[in-house]
Amino acid sequence: MYRYDEFDQTAVNERVVQFRGQVERRLKGLMTEEQFKPLRLMNGLYLQLHAYMLRVAIPYGTLSSAQMRMLAHVARKYDKGYGHFTTRQNIQYNWPRLVDTPAILEDLATVQMHGIQTSGNCIRNVTSDPFAGAAADEVEDPRPWCEIIRQWSTFHPEFMYLPRKFKIAVVASERDRAAIKLHDIGIRVVRNEAGETGFEFWIGGGMGRTPIIAKKIKDFVPKADLLDYATACLRVYNALGRRDNIYKARIKILVHEMGLDKFAEAVEAEFARTRGTVKLPEAEIARIQAYFALPAFADLPARSTAFEARKFEDRAFRDFVRTNVRAHKAPGHAIVSISLKADGVAPGDASAEQMDLVADLAERYAHGEIRVTHEQNLVLPHVPLDDVYDVWTALKAAGLGTANIGLVSDIICCPGLDYCDLANARSIPVAEAIQRRFADLERQHAIGDLKIKMSGCINACGHHHVGHIGILGVDKHGQELYQLQLGGSGAEDASLAKLTGAGFPPDRIVDAVETVVETYLSLRDGDDESFLACYRRVGMAPFKAALYEAR
Amino acid sequence: MKVFTANRLSDGAVVYIGDGETWVETLDAARVVTDAEGEAALDATAKAAVKARLVVGAYPMPVTVEDGTIRPDSVRERIRAAGPSNRTDLGKQAEMGR
Repeated sequence: MYRYDEFDQTAVNERVVQFRGQVERRLKGLMTEEQFKPLRLMNGLYLQLHAYMLRVAIPYGTLSSAQMRMLAHVARKYDKGYGHFTTRQNIQYNWPRLVDTPAILEDLATVQMHGIQTSGNCIRNVTSDPFAGAAADEVEDPRPWCEIIRQWSTFHPEFMYLPRKFKIAVVASERDRAAIKLHDIGIRVVRNEAGETGFEFWIGGGMGRTPIIAKKIKDFVPKADLLDYATACLRVYNALGRRDNIYKARIKILVHEMGLDKFAEAVEAEFARTRGTVKLPEAEIARIQAYFALPAFADLPARSTAFEARKFEDRAFRDFVRTNVRAHKAPGHAIVSISLKADGVAPGDASAEQMDLVADLAERYAHGEIRVTHEQNLVLPHVPLDDVYDVWTALKAAGLGTANIGLVSDIICCPGLDYCDLANARSIPVAEAIQRRFADLERQHAIGDLKIKMSGCINACGHHHVGHIGILGVDKHGQELYQLQLGGSGAEDASLAKLTGAGFPPDRIVDAVETVVETYLSLRDGDDESFLACYRRVGMAPFKAALYEAR
Repeated sequence: MKVFTANRLSDGAVVYIGDGETWVETLDAARVVTDAEGEAALDATAKAAVKARLVVGAYPMPVTVEDGTIRPDSVRERIRAAGPSNRTDLGKQAEMGR
């Protein structure tokens, strides 16, 4: 993992001192809320419904055990004993006091963490594949490139006041586990025919009130040009993006209105003019890559007899393996996903005790590494197959052994109106009601791969536009109402979900979801045809009929 | 009928204007006004409290009073007054139960 050098650490330490002064000045009345608000937001501190909310950055979703323990410490000492992992691989605390936040940031800085780039119209915290470094299908580990982008983007003076926020995601495999096509810039690390590493650039994707799938702007950007090309994209956006209307200020609108060809021409012109300005020498790339050298994996046989025996003996473990355990690039190892979608718990929430346990397990079994997924789960990326059973046993005892990754109860869900100042409707209680309705694990397995994603407002933090089933909570004449959308995907086959029709009141939305699921089961072409594949084959009509004609 | 609410500056807690220009933490203790004159008085109290750095973002919210209980008209304000509906162990609802 990357370790701060003296410049990184000094910058973060200085930021804490500055923020402490800003809080003091605010409390003394030397600053108004209008003056203070942008400063607190630059450190991830929002004011929500019940209290302040602190968003802490987890760059590219990678955590060490020490960092996870610090997150638990913050939850315990300054909050109400839990945290919420978000769809941007970050963590949010829902109850910090303003007067405590300088101390929180000071504690976080001791493990190289902070709230920088978690708010404001800057380049936000870069996200990536939670299986990075472990996935059997990756070209190479994408995280060194994420770290290079982090170093370039943090406090970048030219891009601190963009027309709107700017999100970058990086993956390095065909499988897209970071939703790169729903980002302002999506980058896929690729190799050309000569075996050289480079980057496929996707531009102008995003969700929110105007969802748009990113367009491919460049097939291959050589690695030395990564930052120059990104700079050219940002510079064209910074110059031409709208600042008169917040709803039209994202790069997706600019690319859509200019057209990809014209936008790409402008980027090419800027790139040609400035190429070589932000040098990325081989030695520096190698230096950063060295931080991400894979742990020394034990030399293990591909098949673990102990693992196979446990699967045979223990049905619950077999279920867990089926959904939560994936192939690792090193023989005899596995990637273990930890579901934060247990029955009765808000999706993405983890208690301080659970965070500590995950930190301990990572240290004991998984080379001290933890990942956060944009689907609001955690991952132990490097677990020897021989140890998976023990890891699962410990997880299960702490309420973290739910075997539902990728199934109907593994719901992405924003905090909604239970916490969020922007929300129009609650989302957590609906997610929990759906989880209860589909609590039978056998039924979940029979349904198969099905991603439900839900947002409590049009800003789409819960990614409802790319849910196989998407749910959007709205406010209709003071009442919560839920719109249903079908057929979205945030993966490599990205697509936007389509509205089924009129929305459903809170007491009918779970029935509506079940109707959609039952309709799929009646229509699918064999057990192997997934919900998404079935929807793409049969279209909206049968679902619409099932939902509305019986009314 | 209206009540004035805000978040306390120091910790972000939801507060309401109660009797005698004080800020209270529970909706039960909030002062309800029924006319423009009453609302103007609360508005002045709120503005003074913002200036005095006691609270941020003060605003009036519509309520109804039934059998002596103040009930916010909007779902949002009902959740602010109680706490997250999925975690009754948190927020004001938890404190009231203790």
